[in-house]
Amino acid sequence: MSELVVELSRWQFALTAMYHFLFVPLTLGLVFILAIMESTYVMTGKEIYRDMTKFWGKLFGINFALGVTTGITMEFQFGTNWSYYSHYVGDIFGAPLAIEALMAFFLESTLVGMFFFSWDRLSKVKHLMVTWLMALGTNLSAMWILIANGWMQHPVGAEFNYETMRMELVDFGALIFNPVAQVKFVHTVSAGYVTAAMFVLAISSWYLLKKRDLPFARRSFAIAAAFGLLSSLSVIVLGDESGYELGDVQQVKLAAVEAEWETHEPPASFTVIGFPDQEAEVTNFALKIPGVMGLIATRSLDEEVTGLKDLKEIHRQRIINGIYAYTLLEKLRAGDLTVKPEFEKVKDDLGYGLLLTPYTEDITQATQEHIELATQNSIPQVAPLFWSFRIMVGIGFFMLILFAVAFYYNAKRTPEKPTWLLKTALYSLPLPWIACEAGWFVAEYGRQPWAVGELLPTHIAASNLAVSDLIVSMTVITVLYAVFIAVEVWLMQHFARKGPSTLKTGKYDLETGKSEA
Amino acid sequence: MEYELLKVIWWVLVGVLLIGFAVADGFDMGVGALLRIIGRTDNERRVLINTVAPHWDGNQVWLITAGGALFAAWPIVYAVSFSGFYIAMILTLAALWFRPVGFDYRSKLDNKKWRSNWDWGLTFGSAVPPVIFGVAFGNLLLGVPFQFDDILRIEYTGSFFALLNPFALLAGIISLLMIVTQGGTYLQMKTEKQLLARAEGISTLTGIAAAVLFMLAGVWLWLGLDGYVVTSQIATNETLSPVMKTVEVGEGAWLNNYSKYPWMIIAPVLGIAGLLGAGLLSFAKRGALAFVSNSLGIAGVIMTAGFSMFPFLMPSSSNPSMSLTMWDAVSSQNTLFIMFCVAMIFVPIVLGYTAWTYWVMRGRITEKHIEDNSNSLY
Repeated sequence: MSELVVELSRWQFALTAMYHFLFVPLTLGLVFILAIMESTYVMTGKEIYRDMTKFWGKLFGINFALGVTTGITMEFQFGTNWSYYSHYVGDIFGAPLAIEALMAFFLESTLVGMFFFSWDRLSKVKHLMVTWLMALGTNLSAMWILIANGWMQHPVGAEFNYETMRMELVDFGALIFNPVAQVKFVHTVSAGYVTAAMFVLAISSWYLLKKRDLPFARRSFAIAAAFGLLSSLSVIVLGDESGYELGDVQQVKLAAVEAEWETHEPPASFTVIGFPDQEAEVTNFALKIPGVMGLIATRSLDEEVTGLKDLKEIHRQRIINGIYAYTLLEKLRAGDLTVKPEFEKVKDDLGYGLLLTPYTEDITQATQEHIELATQNSIPQVAPLFWSFRIMVGIGFFMLILFAVAFYYNAKRTPEKPTWLLKTALYSLPLPWIACEAGWFVAEYGRQPWAVGELLPTHIAASNLAVSDLIVSMTVITVLYAVFIAVEVWLMQHFARKGPSTLKTGKYDLETGKSEA
Repeated sequence: MEYELLKVIWWVLVGVLLIGFAVADGFDMGVGALLRIIGRTDNERRVLINTVAPHWDGNQVWLITAGGALFAAWPIVYAVSFSGFYIAMILTLAALWFRPVGFDYRSKLDNKKWRSNWDWGLTFGSAVPPVIFGVAFGNLLLGVPFQFDDILRIEYTGSFFALLNPFALLAGIISLLMIVTQGGTYLQMKTEKQLLARAEGISTLTGIAAAVLFMLAGVWLWLGLDGYVVTSQIATNETLSPVMKTVEVGEGAWLNNYSKYPWMIIAPVLGIAGLLGAGLLSFAKRGALAFVSNSLGIAGVIMTAGFSMFPFLMPSSSNPSMSLTMWDAVSSQNTLFIMFCVAMIFVPIVLGYTAWTYWVMRGRITEKHIEDNSNSLY
């Protein structure tokens, strides 16, 4: 298989996944904000809360459409571009995807139609139930997807079967209660809640700055500030929990994110900022805080955080074992069952043997040079991970402060909020998206060179396609996705600028002529 | 549960999901395909779109579920078909993208050009996938050029244009006609006046044409096509890999099952009667019955493909012994069992709340309804 096909397939997956995740977090969070607004309407009977639900619901719909659109691509793409992956781990990975569709996506998608079109056909309470169930479906959906993704990061509950030449599920409970999956789920949905809170806060701030639809904007601002404060606290706490899980099961990713080349005496120090150099295996101009890294990763002062150099040495040994495992596998598949007990002992390193596929046609004949190449490339590039992680965390803390200040001014119940706060909130609108994308980059790029951690290298997982196939698909995807996002962003700003007047109730400022657009 | 039984259950369940997809998403795709034909003014088109507005998204999940089930239950079938039919799959995806955005964005702006463009998008997004799915099924019956290396990596040697052969194109047309009839008969239940009359006229034609072409395809299958036969014993209750059997090509072999299991004949009969019935009942202005009849016809056609090929799922034309069958292309017993339990719990629940939404949204959509609620509808 050509290196170019693998590269293009990776680009295509990254592009479509990151694009998909422009829409997902807003859906995850906004659906709860809608449910909160509608609950307030049902409890107080004040129509303004129904209008809020409908208006933010309109924006929710514009975003949701592209979330659905780009989600279909994700499900198809494992089969189209990662066919060996699909075969090799489908026995495990397919299950959460199918369960997601049956348990969650059906609920969400069936009820989203009811949310928009049954206002006049259902009682207030029934409609509210629809909204809450839609929120439940959306978030359950995220849970199953992250169980699937968590398994790629930290594959548990599965065994290799040499006859079928794939991984097979042995413990479904382990798959579901995979610690990586659970932490990832709560961290990711919290990030979605923060995104939606920022969205509502920023747009409401704009109305407040323009002095338009003030009662509507103030109430929206209040809900967003409270919801945002809670969720940004949770996203940070759960992010720290992720760090702890990484220290446990994804040591390479942790070491790369922190640019830890050497294994230091515990507790390890935390590099705040610096310039990692992959070739020289050092981090230049590093600014370090003693002890903190050890605390994050091990929650103790006496456990080690293993550095990349030492991890590579472990990898080298496992690659050599992997060659042996692969040799035995060939014998087994040729019918020589006498080597089975020996294979059972070394099969955990089979994946490391497969790391050699980019460098040699025949793994059993790998040379020292091939092993050296595979070892050097057994860790991801450090600098992009180091920086994306810091961008994500930096934005996370900034948003926590912003929501806290917004919440404070809101609680003070002064009629006017300071202009600087409203402007900061408005211009912070893109931040949660940047943080979400940076976070996913850390999670997925940090998994390299593996498609499934320590089991299946990305290189061998790709479909054996022609370069021309990839050129066609990349062109179609890039062109149409560009058109769709242009339309989406334009519609979004069009409706956001007009505000609740787009509901045509006759009550809001642009309709009553109190203010200019 | 016995592994063998689970394999049979999943063969049935994937069939059920495909039928569910064709019946449910089929009608909104049919409406989309007919959008510019039946709907001549903007208001008429909005009536058509709003007959499916509350339901299309839920319906589309049948496709997502079928895809997920394929991945979970027959991973290697999912892998070979999706990567083998690569360009066709990308084209399907590109078409499907236009539906969610088309439905949601079309009526958000009151601009003729904008709406007309999205109408083209919806037509493209609704008419292309049924054609491609039909073509894909046609090619499965013909056999597909793929094989595996010693660690089961897939080598596919076909091309996109090779998929577009006469038999597969016929299957594509049948599929499109079925789906269009599904949309047409649905519209007979949900519209009135001139729209109703147009829907009846079109469904009459497409229903009868689908039945006739389906029979033609049957004759072709019988007289003109090679089928595949497993010539070794398959240990159906064991864990198998798709390279452990021998397969031979036989003239007209796709009809063998009907003499071996005579009850299977019920599928093609149901297919012909259902599609024909949909046409005739549309002519007789019995819209609801026509919809039921066409749904049964769709089930019959999909079952015919499955029964004819049993136990094959995806025969290999370049190395027949590496064909994928429902005995040796399946997931482990453990996975099949868990997925079976999940399906038994959730399929009835899904059917329950889906039925409830149709009840809530019952009744015909009128042009006046659109005018009165112009701001909140699609």
